[in-house]
Amino acid sequence: MFTAIVFLPLLGFLIAAAMTLFPYPAAPVGAASGGHGDHGADAHAHASDAHSDDHGHGHDADHREAPFARPAELVTSGFLLIAALLSWVAFVQIGLAEHAATVKIAVLPWIHTAGLNVDWSLRIDTLTAVMLVVVTTVSALVHVYSIGYMSHDPDRPRFFAYLSLFTFAMLMLVTADNLVQMFFGWEGVGLASYLLIGFWFQKPSANAAAIKAFVVNRVGDFGFILGIFGVFWLFGSIDLDTIFASVGTMKGKEIVFLGGHVDAMTTLCLLLFLGAMGKSAQFLLHTWLPDAMEGPTPVSALIHAATMVTAGVFMVARLSPLFEQAPAALAVVTLVGAVTAFFAATVGLVQNDIKRVIAYSTCSQLGYMFVALGVGAYGPGIFHLFTHAFFKALLFLGAGSVIHAVSGEQDMRKMGGLGPHIKLTYALMIIGTLALTGVGLPMTEIGFAGYNSKDAIIEAAYVGDNIFASLAFGLLVIAALFTSFYSWRLIFLTFWGAPRAPKDVMDHVHESPSVMTVPLMVLALGAVIAGMVFSSVFIGHGYGEFWKGSIFTSGGNHVLEHMHHVPVAVKFAPFVAMLLGLGTAYVFYVAKPELPGQLAASQPGLYRFLLNKWYFDELYDFLFVKPAKAFGRFLWKEGDGRVIDGFGPDGVSARVVQITGRVVALQSGYLYHYAFAMLIGVALLATMVMFGGVR
Amino acid sequence: MGNWPLLTIVTFLPLVGAVFLGLVRGDDDVAKRNIRRITLLTTVVTFLLSLLVWARFDPSNAGFQLEEKAEWLKGLFTYHVGVDGISVAFVILTAFLMPFCILASWESIQNRVKEYMIAFLILETLMIGVFTALDLMLFYVFFEAGLIPMFIIIGVWGGPRRVYASIKFFLYTLLGSVLMLIAMLAMYWQAGTSDIPVLLTHDFPGTLQTWAWLAFFASFAVKMPMWPVHTWLPDAHVEAPTAGSVILAGILLKMGGYGFLRFSLPMFPLASEHFAPFVFTLSIVAIIYTSLVALAQEDMKKLIAYSSVAHMGFVTMGIFSMNAAGVQGAVFQMVSHGFVSAALFLCVGVIYDRMHSREIATYGGLVNRMPWYAVAFMVFTMANVGLPGTSGFVGEFLTLLGAYRANTWVAFFAATGVILSACYALWLLARVMNGKLDKPSLAGILDLDWRERIVLIPLVLVTIFYGVYPTPILNASEASVQALVTKAQAAIAAGAKLALVVGAN
Repeated sequence: MFTAIVFLPLLGFLIAAAMTLFPYPAAPVGAASGGHGDHGADAHAHASDAHSDDHGHGHDADHREAPFARPAELVTSGFLLIAALLSWVAFVQIGLAEHAATVKIAVLPWIHTAGLNVDWSLRIDTLTAVMLVVVTTVSALVHVYSIGYMSHDPDRPRFFAYLSLFTFAMLMLVTADNLVQMFFGWEGVGLASYLLIGFWFQKPSANAAAIKAFVVNRVGDFGFILGIFGVFWLFGSIDLDTIFASVGTMKGKEIVFLGGHVDAMTTLCLLLFLGAMGKSAQFLLHTWLPDAMEGPTPVSALIHAATMVTAGVFMVARLSPLFEQAPAALAVVTLVGAVTAFFAATVGLVQNDIKRVIAYSTCSQLGYMFVALGVGAYGPGIFHLFTHAFFKALLFLGAGSVIHAVSGEQDMRKMGGLGPHIKLTYALMIIGTLALTGVGLPMTEIGFAGYNSKDAIIEAAYVGDNIFASLAFGLLVIAALFTSFYSWRLIFLTFWGAPRAPKDVMDHVHESPSVMTVPLMVLALGAVIAGMVFSSVFIGHGYGEFWKGSIFTSGGNHVLEHMHHVPVAVKFAPFVAMLLGLGTAYVFYVAKPELPGQLAASQPGLYRFLLNKWYFDELYDFLFVKPAKAFGRFLWKEGDGRVIDGFGPDGVSARVVQITGRVVALQSGYLYHYAFAMLIGVALLATMVMFGGVR
Repeated sequence: MGNWPLLTIVTFLPLVGAVFLGLVRGDDDVAKRNIRRITLLTTVVTFLLSLLVWARFDPSNAGFQLEEKAEWLKGLFTYHVGVDGISVAFVILTAFLMPFCILASWESIQNRVKEYMIAFLILETLMIGVFTALDLMLFYVFFEAGLIPMFIIIGVWGGPRRVYASIKFFLYTLLGSVLMLIAMLAMYWQAGTSDIPVLLTHDFPGTLQTWAWLAFFASFAVKMPMWPVHTWLPDAHVEAPTAGSVILAGILLKMGGYGFLRFSLPMFPLASEHFAPFVFTLSIVAIIYTSLVALAQEDMKKLIAYSSVAHMGFVTMGIFSMNAAGVQGAVFQMVSHGFVSAALFLCVGVIYDRMHSREIATYGGLVNRMPWYAVAFMVFTMANVGLPGTSGFVGEFLTLLGAYRANTWVAFFAATGVILSACYALWLLARVMNGKLDKPSLAGILDLDWRERIVLIPLVLVTIFYGVYPTPILNASEASVQALVTKAQAAIAAGAKLALVVGAN
């Protein structure tokens, strides 16, 4: 069953990929498909004129349709639906099992040499089962949704192949039994992400975003791989069980790293965490995530909200036995998470692109998860990962439905008043917002999904005992206020007030087909009930029986007990923050819509600072990108060209050319010289042999 | 066939093919077709026979196998060949790549076809000879003579600046080979034999080790090529015909690494230990420097050439980490780079044949019309950046793992190559493949034809197969590498003890 869950997507990928290689039939003249991916609904055949530059498909190239598009969709989606069903079965089986039952399935040996033993194998415990459910469920729904959303894109087989490839890599990541296989999945999802962000390869901005995503992730991977090396030489293995078995003896042990004697566990955990920062778009390595919105919206929902970006959170939880031995590293995790949660929320306040708002929100929510991990509350962290997957995928796919309705427009300043026209999408987006902002009844367990998980994190931060925990608590509460503000701002700008879109666009506003709305409804169901249903097993009384040791908390870690006994004020803090955010957003965007403009005008520096995302892109461009290119050119022209060649072969050969003159003669002359020199060499050797024999 | 001199047959069969080619008369199309077919047949048969070497090879035996020995002129010359775990993979790699070279030249070479094919067949014999030779003199002849056909290939069938490129190639190589020859003479003088297996057991005194190591280094560093003696490579690649680049990147570059493993490390372990920091420095500079330079390239072949230098930096780093992980990684990296870089040059050849330009700016948006080509290029690019699941990852991972053991600074700086390779490789991919196909000159460009598919599909499969299941290659070299490392480490330990004793006195 587990093998099927993991390898069905691979099979789907291979089938769909094979289909992409069939040549496109020549389209009949005058074919009226206006396929422009992101806005192609039936009523929008005209859209190719209005928005052709949105997604870069040239006009001529569009009047073609990949053969086998339908089979590719059905095969990949079908396989994913089966995998998702099996995952839920596995989840129930593993979660309800009496005893710790880590299932292990050996698949194939991989790298066996020099004391290193890496296998392809699957490891399924409760933590993996949770991830299986998240990944396959969201992936299956996104597959189905994409059948509608991408219905006018001519390259559907390629799209579905990439989606399935991504799912496979992600499943390999979460089922990894050793660090190297995890790294395989890690890089594999990076590849799929690269391919999907750059899916509309004709669009220069999509290509740039794809490369940026891959390269920034590689910066994280740089740390990850060094961490793997360190772990191998310290533990003599990269196998999770072997590492976990001896990790207890490693506390306080020192290793030599970069010439200094450093605490082994702290150093290794920080290196590994660098990988997590890259993949989960944490502060300083976050710049790729907003740009990743260049990909089709279903991709944003699947990869850049629900699954791949949570891989870092998963990794830290999976390696919790290591991190528990490194309190200093956990403090850093807390700090980075808190700063990210705050930073991304501030940027989210002023963005105008509907997808970018949600992207920054994702970044911010990932920060929440890391704070939870950092204070040792792994359960709440994973719980938030679980609930977040539902409501964030819902918000993204809902945003896709909105974009679809307004002919590909993503700028919220050109929306407004859509509520009455697309009631179902509107209602579903409201549910997503309620879940994201954490609406619920304080002191009870009744609330939307985000309420249970996010408030648990804030409480854990309050009782956490590392040095950054209090700071994190403060930043998270403020971020909760901001979250509420930007989420409701999105709702108000998009669905309320007077329409700001051109009339011809408004005339065509329509609800999406049911192949798109049904997946949304499933996700909405999750966004409503996931928190209440699973709260007790993930973070409550059923904690121990559910996780069965798959996430490790050391003896001195009492965060989970203490977080249930926080002062009432702390329990109310996120609730109050949420209400404040909602109120402010209402005032700003409904009651007094002139206020935001005035505020921005009165604080131009701050506004531009936020609008330009704290100028990180510009900073990195200045610090890394431009110097690297210039330096490369310098080394080439000056280093290789002037210094090495100038004093070396060119200088010498220039002399020779002066002497010989005739090029052809020179050429063959050299050859003879060379052969002659070699013959002399042979003769010398032979002479030596002769004399040697005499000696 | 049990008693056949298999290695000799594999080595010299291409030469027999070359002799047959010499008998073909005429310069018309029929003759050309026959020439191509004979050459292809020869290389394919050679490859099949090399598989027999693989089959007969016993991976659990660390020593030399399939040995053949004959004495000529009353023991004046000894013909001694054999393979161990380190060389067997290169013999097969050479024989494997050769048919692709011939196929890649099928249509692009139209003048002097016979001479061209003869040059390639002679080259094949000489290259296989380098990896099978177990006698100093024999090795020297194969090692140096192999350059002559390469000169000819670049100089006659090369691009507009072929003369400059071949002179540069010549000057660099000459310097190295003279020094290597002197070192060989000194070794012979010291040990009294030119038999490599005997030399491998000989304890060379410390001073000789140092000088001989440096002399060999001069030759092998040029071949690798290591920074700063790498500048011949980009020019040679740019001017060479596609198949020439394939051989250059796929096989000739591996001779340097093979030389380090066959001579420097086992015969001069003390000197290797002594100079390891020096090699590490050069390797790191190579990885970072050439990756940055690759970023600035406007010529596709130059870009891939510079990336080869960076990848060879991983190899030298792995070899001189002097532990099993590093050396195994170096061997694997060389084999993997052998077919990945060969494939990348074949890919460039595909579009060069169509457009006669290597400028990146000539292209753009090729994926629109060439989906098969795009898939192949994508796979090789990913192998080039060391994505797990492709063969490029295994070698890179193991060499870095070994280097981390030797010195964390080395691993730290070398691992930045992981980031930089992604930059230049993906940027190349984006500029050539992606975007709109809006250049009028490209409007009619065709996807891979059957011949090109026959060339590229096996390479795609091999790249992925050895990425997922590298065991066959790793198994073959494991015992020999382990023995090599153990012996070198023992010698170093003994040397250190001796130094202590001397110091105490």
